[in-house]
Order: sequence, then structure tokens, then C-alpha cells
Amino acid sequence: MTAPAVSTGRRPRRRRYGDTGWLLDLDDNDEVHRWTAAIRTAAIPGVLDVVPGLTALLVVLDPGSTSSEAVASALDGIRPAQAGVTSGEHHLIEVRYDGDDLYDVARATGLSVEEVIGAHTATPWRVAFTGFAPGFAYLIGGDPRLVVPRRPEARVRVPAGAVAIAGEFSAVYPRTSPGGWQLLGHTDAVLWDLRADPPARLRPGDVVEFRRAGPA
Amino acid sequence: MTALTIRAVGAQALLEDGGRRGLAHLGVGRSGAADSASFTLANRLVGNQPDAACVEATLGQLSVTTDETVLVAVTGAPVELSRGGTGCAMNAPFYLRAGETLTMGWPSAGLRTYLAVRGGLRGATVLGSVSWDTMAQLGTPPLSPGDVVEVGDAVAAVPVTDQAPMAPMTNAPIELPLLLGPRDDWFSAEAIAQLSTGTFTVTPDSDRVGARLAGPPLPRTRRGELASEPMLLGALQVPTEGRPTLFLADHPVTGGYPVIGVVPARAVPLAAQARPGQVIRFRPQPASSA
Repeated sequence: MTAPAVSTGRRPRRRRYGDTGWLLDLDDNDEVHRWTAAIRTAAIPGVLDVVPGLTALLVVLDPGSTSSEAVASALDGIRPAQAGVTSGEHHLIEVRYDGDDLYDVARATGLSVEEVIGAHTATPWRVAFTGFAPGFAYLIGGDPRLVVPRRPEARVRVPAGAVAIAGEFSAVYPRTSPGGWQLLGHTDAVLWDLRADPPARLRPGDVVEFRRAGPA
Repeated sequence: MTALTIRAVGAQALLEDGGRRGLAHLGVGRSGAADSASFTLANRLVGNQPDAACVEATLGQLSVTTDETVLVAVTGAPVELSRGGTGCAMNAPFYLRAGETLTMGWPSAGLRTYLAVRGGLRGATVLGSVSWDTMAQLGTPPLSPGDVVEVGDAVAAVPVTDQAPMAPMTNAPIELPLLLGPRDDWFSAEAIAQLSTGTFTVTPDSDRVGARLAGPPLPRTRRGELASEPMLLGALQVPTEGRPTLFLADHPVTGGYPVIGVVPARAVPLAAQARPGQVIRFRPQPASSA
């Protein structure tokens, strides 16, 4: 792998994460995806996974086959490409905006229901990272007017395909699970399929656009 | 096909193997045996591949019958073992004859006892592992009486003939090294001092996700929320309210509270055996000296 001759970005702060990981602090989520791609491409021996967070990423290593120090020096030699944003897959997800919290979200944001739907479909979202449950993708980049708190109490059962928002994030529940996010609607798109490889349809760095589904 | 029939389970009996590696970026944690040291030993004793699936019995009380003669070994939390009514030893391989029942008592210390069968055990493989991830609800569901578990062919070597020398597991306070970071700078000097001198007691709501700890407060110097970041086995996460959690096999892959320090991989098995009421003392080490 050849590194670009000129690098303008500052080096991320590398923090020890026990004896099996290194955490890199980055400026924003775009940086997280650029560094994730560069570290994956570098294929450092003994690295088991590169896990994105919102503004940090974790490099997981196998202490049986490498050392923290060896991985640290390999990481310090990596220069991600400066040009552009690494871009993942693009997904168009059709949503029926019939969620139980749609009116609460409208009230909380001061928007009409139509404006909430318009705001949710207007901007492309990006998978910042996953967590909470297998295949649960935290989407960022939405309309800032849609920032709402979680529900005061979590629901015991949120069905698979539920489209929801909380904080600055949106998500589609990939499987039926408990959940405390505000439900805007649902999609028939299958986002978690154990027969697929990989099983998660939305992966860190992917772009997601929501579109209002036509009447049933 | 050789198979075990589950007759009784204690608090929980799970099939666990080496877990799922390299899928955390998709929201899938590693899971696998919580006490990886006892698990690996059990497989070694019967000559299995190191990651072959075993039964992880929480608080013992597991009872299984075999339809054909199998070589087995039991490791981890010490329990009284009976095979067809006769006592037998842990940490050494022995034959369970066709039709015989192996029964575990309550562990006198620790939480998790492992049963390995030569050839390993088969279950529902999900993403390359049979391990039941209690948080993600993935893998082979928890075992219940009446379940039949097939024996596999994950054989690697000739079985060990000796008893493995094991440090006895006790309920005495345990001492865990803790590599400070990655977010120790969110905490005051007082918090770091409390980690060295304070005692932390494992609470009853502990599980395979993590050991929850009651102890002195660990004051922060930084306000505000941590942007969600990846979590790792052995991480000691400190929520704003509530108890610090030492993450075990089924920990979440990302979390929004700072991790003050991480128990090194070799010491995690000890933490995974700490039972409610047991006292943990940490030996914090600055990240730079690790």
C-alpha cells in the first residue's frame, strides 16, 4: 500500500484499550470511516476487527498472535487517503410513516406531522456505527430539527422494521427487541438476515435515504 | 450419532465455544465461554480443538446422560461430581459410560463450570459459532431438560491422561490488574486512588454481559456525555448513575459511558468467576507501563 506523499491531517490520539485494543480519537465520523477503511486495507497481522464509534474507532487485536506494540507501530504508519469521503453502499428504504410516536415527535419538535416526515426523508443519512443489537445501525446526518429525546420509558417490544429517531440518530430496528426510541413508521425492508453474508444490510459508512412509501 | 440428553440444569446451561470474531463492526459481539481459561482447559483435557463447544453451567446443578460411552472433563467452578452415583474428579478426563448420568452439585466457589466431551458438542451454528449470546439473543438457545445435544468430531489430539494442576478457586477477595484508560482522563485523581485502595463487591444483577460492582464513588472531572464508542472484553465502564460494570463475554459492542480501565485478557477468566458478594480489588497500572 502506498501512502500519499502529503498528509495534512493531524495524527489521531491513540489510546491504549487494555492489552487487546487501541482506540483512536478522531475529529468526526467521516474521519472514523476514512481511518477504518485505511486500517482494514493495511491488513495488520493479528488485528481481529476494526470497530467504528461516533468519533473514535477501536482496533481489536489477538494477544495470542501479535502484541499491542506491534499493532501500535503498524497503526502509526498508516496515512488514510485525504481525498473525499470513503463511501459505502447506498440504500433507499421505503417507509410507511405510521409510527406510534409520530404525533409526539411533531409536538416535541414544533413541526407538523408532514414536516417531520419531510425532514426525515429530505437528507441522506449515514451509518455512523452499530451497536445495541446485531445489525442496529446508528444513522447520523439528519435534519437538526428532528433531535428528540428517547421516550421516558422503553417499550418492551419494538417490531423489526420499526423506523425511529432519538437524539441526533435515526435507526431501523433490525430485529424485534425492546427499545426506547421514538417510532416514526415502519419498513418492510429486511435489514438483518442470517442467511446473508454479511447478515447486516446497513454497515458503517453506508448511506441511507428514506422515502415515503405509497399508500398500501 | 452419539448424544447427551440434558436431565437438569441449574441457573443456566449454555453451549459456548470460542465465539464470533471480527463481527463487532456489525453489532455482533464475540460471546463464547465466559471463563475462557477453564473452557480451554476442558477441551485440552479431552483432546479437542481449543474452541470446541462445551456446556457452560452457571451455578452447577447440571445433569446429563449419554447414550454411548464418551470421554469427558469438567473444569471451572468446583462442584461435586457424580457419575452413576460414584464421585469423580474435576480437571481430569474420565469416561462416562453408555447410559450413565453425570450430575454436578453446587459450586463451592465461582460461578461457571464447564463440561467438555471429546469431539465437542453440536448446536445451532449462527455466524460461525454455537455460543448463546445472552444480550444479542444469538446462537443455540439455553439448554433445557429433555434437550439432546449431539457430540461432534472437533478432535485435535490425544487426550491428557493426568489431572491438570489448578489453583483452587475460592470466595476470597480477588485481585485484578487494571490497565488505566482509554478514558481515565474523564476521572479525578480521587477516582483513580479509589480504584487502588477501594474494595468493590460483585452484585447479584451480574451476568454474562458484565460483573456489576458496588464500591466507592468514582468521581468524574468531565461533564457531559461520551460519544458512543466501541467497548471491549474486560473494560470497566463507569455510568453516570449506577454501578460500574466490568464487561464479560456478552458485553455490548458500543457504549456511551467512559471506560476508566481494562482488565487484561489473561485476568478476565478470574473476573468471570467472581460470584455475587465476592470482593474485587484492582491493581491499576498506568497505560504507559503495560
